[in-house]
Order: sequence, then C-alpha cells, then structure tokens
Amino acid sequence: MERLGSLEDFKALQERIIADQDPLAPVIVIPAGTCGQASGANDLIRIVKREVLSNGLAEKIRIRITGCHGFCQAEPSVLIEPEGTFYPRLGIKQMVRIVEALSQGRVVEDLLWRDSKTYKRIQKQSDIPFFHGQTRTLLARNEKIDPIRIYDYIENGGYSALVRVLERGNPRGVVDEVKTSGLRGRGGAGFPTGIKWELLANARDGHGKFLVCNADEGDPGAYMDRSVLEGNPQSIIEGMLIGACGTGATQGIIYVRTEYPLAIKHVVIALRQARGLGLLGENILGTGFSCDIQIVKGAGAFVCGEETALIRSVEGERGEPRQRPPYPIEKGINGQPTAINNVETWANIPIIINEGAAEFARVGSPQSTGTKIFSLVGKVKNTGLVEVPMGTTIGEIVHGAGGGPSGKAEIKAVQTGGPSGGCLPASMFELPINYESLIAAGSIMGSGGMIVMDENTCMVDVAKYFMKFLKDESCGKCFICRKGTQRMWEILDDITTGKGRLEQLDLLEELAQVVKDTSMCGLGQTASNPVLSTLRYFRDEYVTHIERKFCPATVCRDLFAYRVIAEKCTGCALCVKVCPTGAITGPRREVHNLDQSKCIKCRACFEVCKFDAIAGDAIIAVPPG
Amino acid sequence: MITLRMNRLPVTVEEGTTLLEAARFLGFPIPTLCHLDGLTPYGACRLCVVEIGQGAKAKLVTSCTYLVEEGLTVRTASARVVRARKMILELLLASCPQSKIIQDLASAHEVRQQRFRQEYEDCILCGLCVRMCEEQMMAKAIGFRGRGERRSVGTPFDVPSEACRLCGACMYVCPACQLRCTYNEPEKAICGSCANLSPPCLEKKLFDDMMCYMAPCVACEIRKD
Repeated sequence: MERLGSLEDFKALQERIIADQDPLAPVIVIPAGTCGQASGANDLIRIVKREVLSNGLAEKIRIRITGCHGFCQAEPSVLIEPEGTFYPRLGIKQMVRIVEALSQGRVVEDLLWRDSKTYKRIQKQSDIPFFHGQTRTLLARNEKIDPIRIYDYIENGGYSALVRVLERGNPRGVVDEVKTSGLRGRGGAGFPTGIKWELLANARDGHGKFLVCNADEGDPGAYMDRSVLEGNPQSIIEGMLIGACGTGATQGIIYVRTEYPLAIKHVVIALRQARGLGLLGENILGTGFSCDIQIVKGAGAFVCGEETALIRSVEGERGEPRQRPPYPIEKGINGQPTAINNVETWANIPIIINEGAAEFARVGSPQSTGTKIFSLVGKVKNTGLVEVPMGTTIGEIVHGAGGGPSGKAEIKAVQTGGPSGGCLPASMFELPINYESLIAAGSIMGSGGMIVMDENTCMVDVAKYFMKFLKDESCGKCFICRKGTQRMWEILDDITTGKGRLEQLDLLEELAQVVKDTSMCGLGQTASNPVLSTLRYFRDEYVTHIERKFCPATVCRDLFAYRVIAEKCTGCALCVKVCPTGAITGPRREVHNLDQSKCIKCRACFEVCKFDAIAGDAIIAVPPG
Repeated sequence: MITLRMNRLPVTVEEGTTLLEAARFLGFPIPTLCHLDGLTPYGACRLCVVEIGQGAKAKLVTSCTYLVEEGLTVRTASARVVRARKMILELLLASCPQSKIIQDLASAHEVRQQRFRQEYEDCILCGLCVRMCEEQMMAKAIGFRGRGERRSVGTPFDVPSEACRLCGACMYVCPACQLRCTYNEPEKAICGSCANLSPPCLEKKLFDDMMCYMAPCVACEIRKD
C-alpha cells in the first residue's frame, strides 16, 4: 500500500479500483458480523472457500465477507450478487448446494426465503417484506464492503466526500452544510449536529480540539452502532475527518466498549489502512490538513456512554459524570473543547457531503431528517436492524418489517430508547417516530432500541427489569440517582411479590418525578421513564397486582398459580413430559393433576399446551364489588 | 459584574461566583451536605437545587456548581425546589436516620415521615472526605470504589494507603460524624474512641498516634459524668 501524496493520486487510485471490477461477476456475500459469526457464518465461509477452491471456481466466483446486513433472524445467510438472491438460515450442506448451483448459473428454489403469509418463495432480497419497507442508506453499504479492505470502501465511493471537502477548502461550508441537512445526534438526545460543530469551530483553540465517536453502546437489546462500526469502520473515519476539516479539530477518538472485540479489531485495521494510504495523520493527501484518530477501549460501564463520564474515562479517571455546565464543547478532554457524536451520526456525514444537504433533508420529517436504524427485537416474527426514514410510524416498523407478533398473543406495547426509554401501548402505534413525538409520549428516541412485547409480558415486571439495570449501572455519584433508582426498584419489587400497597403508586410517581428533575446526568434524568410511562399507560396492571395480588400475564411468580382446566384437558401428556419437577401427573387420556407444592412456575407446561388447558390463576381471590 | 434576579430581587455579583455563594451572600438559605468552602464543587447531594429559567424552559440545577449568568432568573425556594428537597431529605432519612445533621435538615423542611423501607447506613457518599484528602491534604489516600449500591469510600482492595498521614481531616469534614459525636452510646461515641469510625484508610492500632480535630466534643462530656 503506497502513501497517496495528492488529491489526484487518490482519484487515480479510485478510478483504477473501479475499473478493475467486473460488475457482472457473481459474488457470494456472507454477512459475518458478531451476530453472523455467533449463528455459524464462520462455518459457511470455510465451506464456501473449500468448495470454490476444490472445484476450480476461484476465477469465476468471488467471495466477500462483510459485516451484518441487519436481518439477524435469518442468519447465517448468504446474498448472491449481482442478482441479489437471498438465502436465509443456511447449514453446511445447503451451502454446498448453493455454490454448485451458482457455478451452473441456477437458483436453489427450496432454500429461498418463504413468506409467512403467502407461503411463496421470494428470490430477491429487496422483495422480502423485512427489507421492502426500509430505506437502507447506511446498512446497504455494509453489503458492499469487506470491513478490513479499504479498497472496497474506496470502490464504493468512499473518501470522495473527504476529497470534495479538501478540494473546496472552505471549512465553514462543511459546518453550514451539516446544519442545513438538519442532522440531529443519533445517540438519543437529538441535539443538532451542525450547531454542535459550529460551537466547536468557534471555540477558542488553545491546545487542539477533540472529536469523539461515542461507540459505548450499552442498551440491552440494541446493537446498531456495533453493526455500523463492524461493517463499515471507514465511514466513521471519513465522517470524523470531514468533521475535523469543518471544525478545526486535530485529534479524534473512537471510544468503543471492550465488549465489542470484532468492532475494535475492524476499527484498528481500518485506522492502520487509512494511515497507510495517507488518509489519516499528518498532511492528509498532501493538502496540509492533519488529523489523527485513536481508539480508546471502554471498561464496561453503561454510564460511560454519557458524555462527561466518557471524557473522564478517556482521561483515565473513574468513569463518572460531572455536573454540566461547563459543557464538553467548552471544556472536554483535558479541558479542551470536545464534540462528541454517536457512531450513526458520523456515518451520516459522508452521505450528507456526497448527496448534498438538501437531498439528505428530503428524507424523513421536517424536524428530524434522514434515516434512523432501529434494532427491532422481542416478540415479532422478524428481528434485526431496521433502517427507516424518520417519521415512520411505530406500527409500520412492528407490523411491516417486523411482520407482526411471533406467537399467538397480540402485541401489547413497544419499548423504545433502551432502559431509559418508555413503553408505548399498541393504541399509539400510529405515532410517527421523531425526537419530539417520542418525548411527548413519555419515551425517548434513545439510540434506537425497540423491544416489542405481547400480551404475555407483564409491564410491572418490565419496569422492574429496567430499574434493576439502571440501579446496577448508576455510578452512584449523585445521591438522588443512586438511592432513587434503588428505592423505585424496591417498590416495584414489593408490587411484583404481592407486598405492594396502593399508596406506594403515588410515592413511586412522586419519587420518579424528583429523580427526573434533579439528577446530575442523562442516566438519572431519564431513569424514571420506564416507571412513569408504564404508570401512564398500564396503571391498571399495577392496580391488579396490588389489589387482586394477581399478575394477568403470569410473569410475576408470587402472584399466580397454574392449574389444569379439567374441561379443556385432553390428557395428551405433553405437559407431563416437559415438567422439570414432576409436578404434573396423570395417565394419558385423563385430566392431569398439577401438584402446587412441586410447581416452580417455570411456564413450560403453559407454553407447550395446545388446548389452553393450563391457565394462570390468582392465588388470593378478591371478592367482587 | 453580573446582574441577575434572585427570588425577584435584582442583584449584582462578581463573575465566576456560583449561585450558592451568591444566595448565601444575600441571605437566602440553601441546604447542602456535600459543599465546603475550599473544596471543588461536587454536586452529589442534590439538596442545593434551585430553579432557573422561565416557563417551559425552567429547570432545576445544583447551585453549588452553576455559575451566575447575566439576566438569569433564580428561585431558591419555589414549589418545585421545595418538593425536590423534601423528597431528597425523605430518602436521606430512610437511609441515615441517626445523623443529627440530616434530622435537623428534615425537621427544618417539615419532613414528618419517611415512606421507604428503613435502612441504617452511615455514609451518604458526599465525597467531602475524598476531596479533602486530595485537594487540601494532597494525599489522595482514599477514593471511591464500586458503583451504584456498592459504591463506597476506601482504598483499593482495602489495603491501607501509604499516602495516609493519619491527619484525620477526612473525619473532621464528615457530615455524618456528628452523629457519633453526639450519640450517647459510649461504644459509638467519638472521642477517645474515634476508632469506632474505622476510617477506611486507617488501621485501628494506629489511632494512638492520631491528632483529633474534634474539640470540644459533646460525647466526651457525656462520658465524664
């Protein structure tokens, strides 16, 4: 790899790379992000390589190993280019058949995606309902790029935005362009990126300014930052270099959590390659512009995603927030002005420069422009990463890309924004997603987690789960967050174990409001959301837990007992087989007997029963009226 | 000089003053537990919150860390502030009911009950001792460990610190110590038995060499009788 000395050198290299490619040659694309590898993509890669080599197809078929494409439910999967044929959930044997068919130019019909409603086989990835409704500006690039090959990125238009910016030589133009695009921080708070950059550009320049890429993604069930960083690390580097151009920053830091080893590996390789090509470091592409980017590994604290705590962590201190103001934009790392943006925000920057701000702003809603990646998980048919324009309704995501409920039970609620977000009921699925609407509804955008829950989910238990997470992850520096989350969890625990009292609900609400009002950092200020939103939309569930001592969703183990409904039981003995404690007995074809003293309420019988013969019932019956 | 309105009163203070300093100078009482002149503001106890701004943009900020701004509107005892303070005091009472200073504050704010499960803790993690040790005594012998519920003051792995000079400053500034000073159970009283405090950086056998800053001590008086 030779160092490029000028902008012309880069353009010549880009043209040469593009000219070398044959757009019609078949390529086997294997998504092998962390999710893909966990479900067996490494085996597929091994088999494909073996088959291609042993059959002498190396000249004919190319292989590309990429990051996650987003459809995690279907992994390990394979995409065949240029047709866009998609094969989901493959095993080793099926992979052999696909390679064989591809060498003969055929499609393996019976391995294609089958639609759950029409039962028809769908060949093209773009026709599959999961992908159909998406606008995949960021994620589609993951398919085209091997994250450890910088040439792949350059071939797909990478670094041309940076070259354009360097050619123009007008730093203020970059900031203005980002401002016009209306891009807002994708980390959750939604602060306009352009304004943040303008503040940084105007900040006094003593000993350098810092740009930080915040990849300390810690929300349970959210992984969009990981997939972007793993699948396309060069786009983050390019975004940060453009930011450095615009704001006059000279140092960049990518703060990744240690729990993302593959992302760290890919970023380290990407930084080395960019440095090798002269795209990073001193005198970039011979233009005299210098900026270096380093990687800092987080030590695994959720709160380090908060910007002031992140700064402390980068400095080598305890990862604890401090009271703002002063904001990091005035006093950040080592007291220098610092702008911190989320992974997704940085990934959007090259797109804005390439497409133009006006074009970017056309997607989405007026106040929240562009697309947003949501990680759709929970009780839906299709789980994975969904990229949609801002302003799409929750229902469109859950029932469109998500494909509706995964089981028999109806979808009851959606939890957005990670542990500090709120639960929105199914009646609000018409709500368009943008920063303001979600806050008004009592939730937040957060980094984009979206957990779907059905009728078998107890909302009090959900609130308790998130409160436990926050209680454990609170740094404990400020009293109200430390004790407030602990006490809220305590009250929720009382309610889910049958010790709750009605007046505790008022206390819970009062406490939640004060925690929200007086906490030091974003963690505490949003920690009340799970409680406040479930109280707002699902108060009846709380009341049932307290008054009837009964959990309708049969989740809180102290508040229900299973019993066999004699009229419905056919004596199929399925439940007898799955019961781990032998609590259910009875000969075949007779109503089974359930011994309450042995039952551990593991739910196995409830899930396996085909005749709804096992139902949750209140331990203590409350007289009507 | 900076002009702002504090509780509807137009006031002029020097630039770089915190809201807490300004309020105290003007005679508006603001309770704090983690603030001490000479130590950096920390903002941990949240008792010193005041309301700034107008209408929908009004918010609570800690007055010990917030610097005065031109044209700022500050309310040191609005309904929102009082509600927050009372809840914080209720939480403090629920955790450290024996502390005299907390009892007094709660009483002054008319907190008459606490509705949480009663705990008996001594440390409220205000961080005064840690900052005292680092900033005034230049020792950095103690620090924080753990997070959330498990957060505590001490040395790494409970190994006694070599940097500790047994100056006792950490105990001197501790707001919770006062509890023991005035406590009438001899084994929990302080003087002559400071050892009961078991400050995290010290070992009890070293206490003989220690200077005690806590004079005059009520507990000693009790024990003499």
